[in-house]
Amino acid sequence: MTGANAPAKDSDFFAPEIVGETKVRKFNINFGPQHPAAHGVLRMVLELDGEVVERVDPHIGLLHRGTEKLMEARPYQQTIPYFDRLDYVAPMNQEHAYVIALERLMGVEVPVRGQLIRVLYDEIGRILNHLLNVTTQAMDVGALTPPLWGFEEREKLMGFYERASGARMHANYYRVGGVRQDLPPELVEDIADWCKKVPRVFDDIEKLITGNRIFKQRNVDIGKVTKDEAQAWGFSGVMVRGSGIAWDLRRSQPYACYNEMEFDIPLGVHGDCYDRYLCRMEEMRQSVKIMTQCCERLMKTPGPAISQDNKIAAPKRGEMKRSMEALIHHFKLFTEGYRTPPGEVYAAVEAPKGEFGVYLVSDGTNRPYRCKIRAPSYAFLQAMDWMSRGHMLADVSAILGSLDIVFGEIDR
Amino acid sequence: MSWPQPLPILEKLGVSTVKSAGKGVFTGYEVMYGELTFTTTADRIVQALTHLRDADNLKFSILIDLCGADYPEREKRFDVVYHLLSMTKNLRCRVKLQTDEDTAVPSVTSVFPSADWYERETFDMYGVFFEGHPDLRRILTDYGFHGHPLRKDFPMTGYVEVRYDDELKRVVYEPVKSVEWRNWDFLSPWEGAEPGYAPLIPGDEKALPAAKEPGK
Repeated sequence: MTGANAPAKDSDFFAPEIVGETKVRKFNINFGPQHPAAHGVLRMVLELDGEVVERVDPHIGLLHRGTEKLMEARPYQQTIPYFDRLDYVAPMNQEHAYVIALERLMGVEVPVRGQLIRVLYDEIGRILNHLLNVTTQAMDVGALTPPLWGFEEREKLMGFYERASGARMHANYYRVGGVRQDLPPELVEDIADWCKKVPRVFDDIEKLITGNRIFKQRNVDIGKVTKDEAQAWGFSGVMVRGSGIAWDLRRSQPYACYNEMEFDIPLGVHGDCYDRYLCRMEEMRQSVKIMTQCCERLMKTPGPAISQDNKIAAPKRGEMKRSMEALIHHFKLFTEGYRTPPGEVYAAVEAPKGEFGVYLVSDGTNRPYRCKIRAPSYAFLQAMDWMSRGHMLADVSAILGSLDIVFGEIDR
Repeated sequence: MSWPQPLPILEKLGVSTVKSAGKGVFTGYEVMYGELTFTTTADRIVQALTHLRDADNLKFSILIDLCGADYPEREKRFDVVYHLLSMTKNLRCRVKLQTDEDTAVPSVTSVFPSADWYERETFDMYGVFFEGHPDLRRILTDYGFHGHPLRKDFPMTGYVEVRYDDELKRVVYEPVKSVEWRNWDFLSPWEGAEPGYAPLIPGDEKALPAAKEPGK
């Protein structure tokens, strides 16, 4: 080829007799273990050719606490708090998967109010997670304001966590058969009130990010995932929905009372970082819709938020002052706890990041024989290698941001 | 499709899958707590998962989870458990096989690339070997870690503890000095052994046969 369209020759740039041939050296770079865009303690060994990523080797386990081993030595009720510490961005969603597994083993029914409260707090968790993820993803690509705006709302949501359970993050709120305590009516009103106001905050954040030129340049067509790749690599949640697969456990395998709720499931088209961001934004709005429905129903639905069977659910304090039986139940529950029939179950919920599952093996005692925690982001991070190949170094943090990973649940 | 799948449908699916997969691919199936479990042997696992992935009425396209479980009293002490999900048929199933410390299980990374890290984790936690795995390194434990922590005979406290030594100006590893792990046994000694429910409490074995056969 000749003329103006001809590819550049070496001699166009330098005269070889002056510069001489340079050997290309590949760079190995340690990304992390302490890196603000690593979203936790992640060490990634990047192999770079110039600025192009050739290979990514994530080293995980820096936050490994041996949750699964610890759980094998404790009665069931004492293992629930471990689930808050997995994905500490949306704690209650994890608890939900665990109590569903236990309830399925023991055949326990949850009263309607308990289910509504669980759905309400699951959705709060989803917004907690997406607010953090969307805004820090924006921060990873250079924007500083969105996290400040998002975290203000997160703060309010953690206030709701605190008013229900007493803790801002590590709630330990769900119990087998329901939730630990009923919600006071004022709290439900406040949440309903918040639901009315918050769409404006989402609008503000969207105004900042969605049309932003820099954000688009950094995210559109970056980290593309096709439908087949998403399935082959075991993706779930936003990672498959961003690629256009209509799959949401809340809809396809409903638990609690999600089948009575009205909501839409946003889908992406291109499967890139930008589409996943759009999905998350829309999911937050849908979550608010679900929360509004929950609040409305909670105001009308009286009564117990936890199963009345005192063999599995602790009796009320007041009862214990008068009833000998309640006292015995309390003592038994907080020493031996409840026992589950032998068998194994796998229970999964649609956690904000994707499918969070618990595989529980029981041998008929009061503690799990084996509990495998299936964390969604474990599968995502594994895909970091092929997703980043051929991208530039700066895209690594954009991809990592849109994968939505938290090391509490990857390392367990 | 509806969820959860009705039990008769799962039963039927179990029978037909065991039959259509070919002789010896699955050694059996079971429906428990509304979940379908297939059992297979280590040497047929690749074939089994390929069948589950490709058969038209199954299409288990996603490997949700792969993990181990330890039963030290068994001859083949480890279970390797695969959880699969079919998005198009809205189905879940579980595949189990047994192995021991020395027998390697064929890696299924050729069927599901996502098995990579899960197999590494199972190797790390239990010491199960996966044959044909591209990169079977430890994944969750420390660099240079010894032992397989999720084995039942691995002590809860581990063998070494780490601290930062201010004089040496580095992290040092030392044998565990902390108090012994206190393992409270809260299981009620009064309720006795319900068949299949709780393990026997010492002494129960004397009463059990007498209760079953009052004539003797």
